[in-house]
Amino acid sequence: MYTKMLEIRRFEEKIGEEYGKGLVPGLVHLSIGQEGVAVGVCANLKDDDYAIGTHRGHGIAIAKGVPLDKLAAEILGKESGCCKGRGGSMRVAYINKGLLYSCPIVGTGLPLAVGVGLSIKLRRTNQVAVSFFGDGASNTGDFHEALNLAAIWKLPVIFVCENNMYAISVHIKKSTSVENISERARGYNIPGITVDGNDVIAIYNAAREAIQRARNGGGPTLIECKTYRTVGHGTTDPGVAYRSIEEIDEWKKKCPINRLRSYLIANRILSEESLQRIEGEVEARVKEAIKFAEESPYPSPDQVAEYVY
Amino acid sequence: MREITYVEALNEALREEMRRDERVIILGEDVQLGYSGRGGLFLVTAELMKEFGPERVRDTPISEDGFVGAAIGAAATGLKPVVEVMYADFLLCCMNQIVNVAAKLRYSTGGQLKVPLVIRAMIGQGRGVGSDHSQVPLAWFMNVPGLKVVAPATPYDAKGLLKSSIREECPIMFFESFLLYRTKGFVPTEEYTVPLGKADVKKEGTDVTIVAVSTMVPRALSAAEKLKELNINAEVVDPRTLVPLDKETIIKSVMKTNRLVVAESGVKTCGVGAEIASMVMEEAFDYLDAPIKRVAAPHIPAPAAPTLEQITIPNENDIIKAVRELFER
Repeated sequence: MYTKMLEIRRFEEKIGEEYGKGLVPGLVHLSIGQEGVAVGVCANLKDDDYAIGTHRGHGIAIAKGVPLDKLAAEILGKESGCCKGRGGSMRVAYINKGLLYSCPIVGTGLPLAVGVGLSIKLRRTNQVAVSFFGDGASNTGDFHEALNLAAIWKLPVIFVCENNMYAISVHIKKSTSVENISERARGYNIPGITVDGNDVIAIYNAAREAIQRARNGGGPTLIECKTYRTVGHGTTDPGVAYRSIEEIDEWKKKCPINRLRSYLIANRILSEESLQRIEGEVEARVKEAIKFAEESPYPSPDQVAEYVY
Repeated sequence: MREITYVEALNEALREEMRRDERVIILGEDVQLGYSGRGGLFLVTAELMKEFGPERVRDTPISEDGFVGAAIGAAATGLKPVVEVMYADFLLCCMNQIVNVAAKLRYSTGGQLKVPLVIRAMIGQGRGVGSDHSQVPLAWFMNVPGLKVVAPATPYDAKGLLKSSIREECPIMFFESFLLYRTKGFVPTEEYTVPLGKADVKKEGTDVTIVAVSTMVPRALSAAEKLKELNINAEVVDPRTLVPLDKETIIKSVMKTNRLVVAESGVKTCGVGAEIASMVMEEAFDYLDAPIKRVAAPHIPAPAAPTLEQITIPNENDIIKAVRELFER
């Protein structure tokens, strides 16, 4: 889990740089600070379990096992990308590893996950579907319709809210009527829990329980992970107009990666040397992936009408 | 020769495809029983739950965005859902899922996913049900890349096109006409399909082409009968599918008759007729002896009062008038 979180962090830092160089078409939304959620949940999933991400989906993609080079190439709009450059940063999918799609329109992925759950149930496989979404999505009709459907049909769907408290610039207190989004699960008669979204071990344990319940026919769960993006909403947003530097610094201290690192050292699970080795390897892998993406060709214009139907 | 209704034809198509392919499931409001106790408000899904069970014929809560979104997710992961959204107006409640997801999923994933999904909806003018229960939104969906749009006018086409639609690997908007539901027509008992993208010349003629869509097909045919009295021999072309549009059949007909009227029951502005007329202008302008005429609804929401509603629905007289104007120039 430490390696995965670090991969996400280093990868997204590099993508930010690529964006600065003008190499990324469109919009990029980084998840720096939120790595624990995707990694904690996905560590429980097999390749053929499904995940559906969001516009802020690079971390989810990496946690679900999308190869870094294919992901980087996709973000740069290259033919070698996992969606052949047709999806871009916000629409990453890689079905070989069970990443079904990333839905950029807030809330839209939740009903999709319900349908995946229905398909799993009718095909009688033992898979699960995980839908990631932000706090903003929990106020959409899609959220409520999806939770209701998954609950009445008892589908193997885990709804994972990455609550970073801001929908672009709007603080959750202005947009949301409940203290904890997990309370909304009660309205649909399904379990709902809130966990520290920067504690990857807590997330792992919560997700494991929910996923086991789903696999055993126990139906859906809503897991709310309280976390924070220490960067802005998108790469053009410095992220400081609507929140204080003190608040950001406070959350930087709660970094999920540093937290796990200290835990590993304190409990003598990994030594400083082996952690440094891992960090060096991650650095090299990310560098390699970005290089692959930069050097890959763009899709050929004569292929523009492929994959419409 | 066996004659059955448009509804019975649709019902047979669903039953046969569900028997043929166990991935086919039905989702929608009131599809299991409805108030008849047999299935569906208009009986299109009659007796299907009895044969295939509640797993495959599923009543949903009233949450179009939710269950259409779910159908997309199910389609992308191994099922073939046929979704009933009742009135076509209700499609607006799930427009995001249809337009932003169903239509784009295959493209945006570089071909990794397919969405074999049929969304059935009914267009139902003339019942006094008012502004949000009477729309004919075919053109809205024609404007979305990634969707195919089907609008059958006869029981034969309804069955054959629905079977083909279910076998397609992409999202299909399948529009049924309430006014045609009880009409009867020849439907063979043996297996057949009608391919998407193939228009049908419903009546041959030499003097003017009337391209008629869905509910307008029988109106165009009866207009053509009356035009005979004026010594005008009209050809009636039913595109049957609007996306993909069978340009070839329409252009061939216009090259023969040199005149074109497009008749639809939806609103004229940016309508189906606007698209077909422009296509003919671009590809067969030199064959036209007169400007193209469009018969369509005015830019007015559907009123509830019968006296008002009737004048907003294009009928056979509107078609006759349009044709006559082409010859009176």
